[in-house]
Amino acid sequence: MSPLHAVRDAAIAAFVALAVALPIVGVRTVDTGAVLGVDFRLDWVAAIVATVFLGRLCVLLWMGRRERAPRQAGMLETTALGWLALIGRFLAYGIMGFALILPMMSFADRYVVDTATQVLIYVMLGWGLNVVVGLAGLLDLGYVAFYAVGAYSYALLAQNFGLNFWQCLPLAGLFAAFFGILLGFPVLRLRGDYLAIVTLGFGEMIRIILNNWASFTGGPNGLTSIPRPSFFGLEFSRSAPEGEQTFHQFFGLEYSTLHRLVFMYYLILILAFLTSWAVGRMRKLPVGRAWEALREDEIACQSLGINRTMTKLTAFAIGASFGGFAGSFFATRQGFISPESFTFIESATILAIVVLGGMGSQVGVVLAATVLVLLPEVFRDLAHYRMMVFGLAMVLIMIWRPKGFIGARVPSIRLADFRRPAA
Amino acid sequence: MEYFLQQAINGLTLGAVYGLIAIGYTMVYGIIGMINFAHGEVYMIGSFIAVILLALLGAWGFPPSLAILLIVLLAAIPFTSAFGWAIERVAYRPLRGSFRLAPLISAIGMSIFLQNLVQFLQGARNKPVPTALPGGFTLMEAASGFTVQVRWLQIVVVAMTVILMVGLTLLIQRTSFGRAQRACEQDMKMAMLLGIDVNATIARTFVLGAALAGIAGVMVAYYYNVVHFYDGFLAGLKAFTAAVLGGIGSVPGAMLGGLLIGLIEALWSAYFSIEYKDVAVFSVLVLVLIFRPTGILGRPEIEKV
Amino acid sequence: MNQPLLAVRDLTMRFGGLVAVDRVSFDVAGGAITAVIGPNGAGKTTLFNCLTGFYRPSAGSMTLVADGHRYALERMQGHRINAQARVARTFQNIRLFAGMTVLENLMIAQHGRLMRASGYTFLGLIGWPGYRRAEADAVERARYWLGRMNLEDRADDLAGQLPYGAQRRLEIARALCTQPALLCLDEPAAGLNPRESAELNELLLFIRREHGVGILLIEHDMSVVMGISDHIVVLDYGRKIADGTPAEVRADPAVIRAYLGEDEEQGAA
Repeated sequence: MSPLHAVRDAAIAAFVALAVALPIVGVRTVDTGAVLGVDFRLDWVAAIVATVFLGRLCVLLWMGRRERAPRQAGMLETTALGWLALIGRFLAYGIMGFALILPMMSFADRYVVDTATQVLIYVMLGWGLNVVVGLAGLLDLGYVAFYAVGAYSYALLAQNFGLNFWQCLPLAGLFAAFFGILLGFPVLRLRGDYLAIVTLGFGEMIRIILNNWASFTGGPNGLTSIPRPSFFGLEFSRSAPEGEQTFHQFFGLEYSTLHRLVFMYYLILILAFLTSWAVGRMRKLPVGRAWEALREDEIACQSLGINRTMTKLTAFAIGASFGGFAGSFFATRQGFISPESFTFIESATILAIVVLGGMGSQVGVVLAATVLVLLPEVFRDLAHYRMMVFGLAMVLIMIWRPKGFIGARVPSIRLADFRRPAA
Repeated sequence: MEYFLQQAINGLTLGAVYGLIAIGYTMVYGIIGMINFAHGEVYMIGSFIAVILLALLGAWGFPPSLAILLIVLLAAIPFTSAFGWAIERVAYRPLRGSFRLAPLISAIGMSIFLQNLVQFLQGARNKPVPTALPGGFTLMEAASGFTVQVRWLQIVVVAMTVILMVGLTLLIQRTSFGRAQRACEQDMKMAMLLGIDVNATIARTFVLGAALAGIAGVMVAYYYNVVHFYDGFLAGLKAFTAAVLGGIGSVPGAMLGGLLIGLIEALWSAYFSIEYKDVAVFSVLVLVLIFRPTGILGRPEIEKV
Repeated sequence: MNQPLLAVRDLTMRFGGLVAVDRVSFDVAGGAITAVIGPNGAGKTTLFNCLTGFYRPSAGSMTLVADGHRYALERMQGHRINAQARVARTFQNIRLFAGMTVLENLMIAQHGRLMRASGYTFLGLIGWPGYRRAEADAVERARYWLGRMNLEDRADDLAGQLPYGAQRRLEIARALCTQPALLCLDEPAAGLNPRESAELNELLLFIRREHGVGILLIEHDMSVVMGISDHIVVLDYGRKIADGTPAEVRADPAVIRAYLGEDEEQGAA
């Protein structure tokens, strides 16, 4: 591109930037009683326009130079794929090991353990949604609904029937799976994007119902004093009721609120490991291969005797049940839940974790969950910019790596691993 | 009966607005097959531009009047169009040709970004919009004393929608842009081979959709007299529902879907419960999709084997 | 031939006003190769789509006899036609799972059997030995057909990265891994070079000879059709115009007319 063209192109970009910025950035409305007053920020507009002009110019001139350089072939060789799988495996073990010893590290204070727990909840949700979106290729924009079902079923079962966490956990998963089937049965025949909008609507419906059915769900105030799980019957409180012992008494430790946090951390770690194990296993079973095949070509699947609706339904139900498990953990960790925790932004975040991680990749989900949870934490001081940066980062990461952090897929089976039976 | 009529009038006004937003969804979907999640934010930005321009004009000594309303409406169009163009250029065009979910995630990110940008720039409080065109006329009066009112603004909204629909239909059917747009919808590769500038056509589609959403945003600001940075999400969601209900890819379908959603919402709120109006809307969507999976005016699709 | 493998009777498929297949009847014998030929748009692929459950025919019946059971294909759910009646097919425009490996493609073809062996996932999840055995068997079956198709050294490559001819062969192997009673091939020789086409002939004869699978194929390549078919059905404008051995069909005036056009000059000459 010649410099003259570049200048013209940059000028157009700057002009659009001017139109975009002029009213929204340049004029600020101020509340002054009955009528809105105005306040000007034309210097900001000038800065934005100048940045866009110069930035565009630089990009164009730089790109013009790069286009002349020969491009490298981008195909991954099979051997490279094998290496990648190996690195992925090492990375996975490294992350696992780090997760196991994290609470024992010297820097692991309340804040670190709490944030790590938060990351693990999203990892688990990401792995659950990965079954639906990454493997089966079904676009679910309302995954948070199952998370909510899990959280509320734990809270309600515990409060109304006095069941403990371990009794509620499988029930919450079952309820979530049931809701998955309930939603999936009528809509799974729909084409991809219709499915997206119906699931999105379903997520909103669940939230609205939770918000308005006050006698059952507590409405917008939510449910409070949800029982905490105990460590084999030992409570994590300062003092135990008559005749019982607390965790710190039993082990002869100084009472510390960190005990419960660390316990919670290991609890979600175990749940996450279980999820990872189950999903990794299923991927290598016929059901998992059928999910992936469905993503690749539904018609070919049908011609091979695969029941499309049933296969999608299992993906939906299993993905939902993991959401349910994560939900009950969330409820017991917070001790308080309200519909506000289950908005569309949660669904979007979980979906972003799956897609940013690389569809179908478990390690990718861990990386993406870490990035997306830590990003707002890092920018916590800039409360106003926080979500802005979050949204912008989603756009930029997608443009930077459209296939996600880990885009290569590891085959579920290799002929090399099966020796020819002795003839 | 009078009560029903009143609610139907309110519902149709609301529906016309949903329809205008839905057209943007349906056209973008028709041409590049993606859900433009940030479209609802463009509508919200249209509302904010109305607030800003009215405040600006007020500060310069022009109190709101019919003429001012129309001037603001026209002035908002280039601004929201610029947003539409910029969103496409920044967040979607670099991802063209990559896999299906990448632009969707980018769009969701864009939507979150714009929402918080507006909150940051203009504040999180509700913004009041001065009443510009008060009053209306009484359409009929029941024996019980209940009167069916039509506000002047409702007439403006519906008239504007009709004018835009006629203009849009002419644009799509008669102009070279319309032909290029329809060609890209059918087969983008072939259109490119025939010398159509596909990138420009897609960009224009976004601009057109954004202009309509902006107009809808301005009119809603006048109609409800209040604007909030979070308004775009739910309106966008319902407009997309309208587009799917009408049959995605079909412009008349989008308008029909919008009107239906508006009616359902108004009537459900009037006769049942206002809290569950959105549940009703989505339930109707699910029912329609089960019995007519391609929407009301969508072409039935035979699975190609 | 007392009991045909497949008996098609008065099969009709209408799309709105268009009659794509019009009261077509024919038989397919087990362990034989039957070819369906006809000019473009004669309704061959529509016929296939009815047989394999992708279209529901407007009228008529298709009865398949396999393992002593009679299956009314026109009344079966799409996936059951493969899973129970054991009808497998390939597609005119190849439909592989392009992002998955060659071996994975062949494993998916054995879904039903493996699914049962894995106790509908529950037993597989805990590493049940019965499932491991079934999986090893499935890999062996895949290996057998890969060997037949000359694809064994490509087993762990992505299916989408194979050359065109290999993709065609893989699709046939995938259909065969479902252990069909009837194999429907939609233009298997399309796009193949003469050498590959000759290899395909050998392969189809081998499948018929060694595995007793009934083969129904749509083909334009007359060297394939005339060389290996036991029986030929000719369609034109959705109707059957001839039915018989290759020699009979070749001599049939209606067939010549359909292929060469109703040529008045020839008639006058």
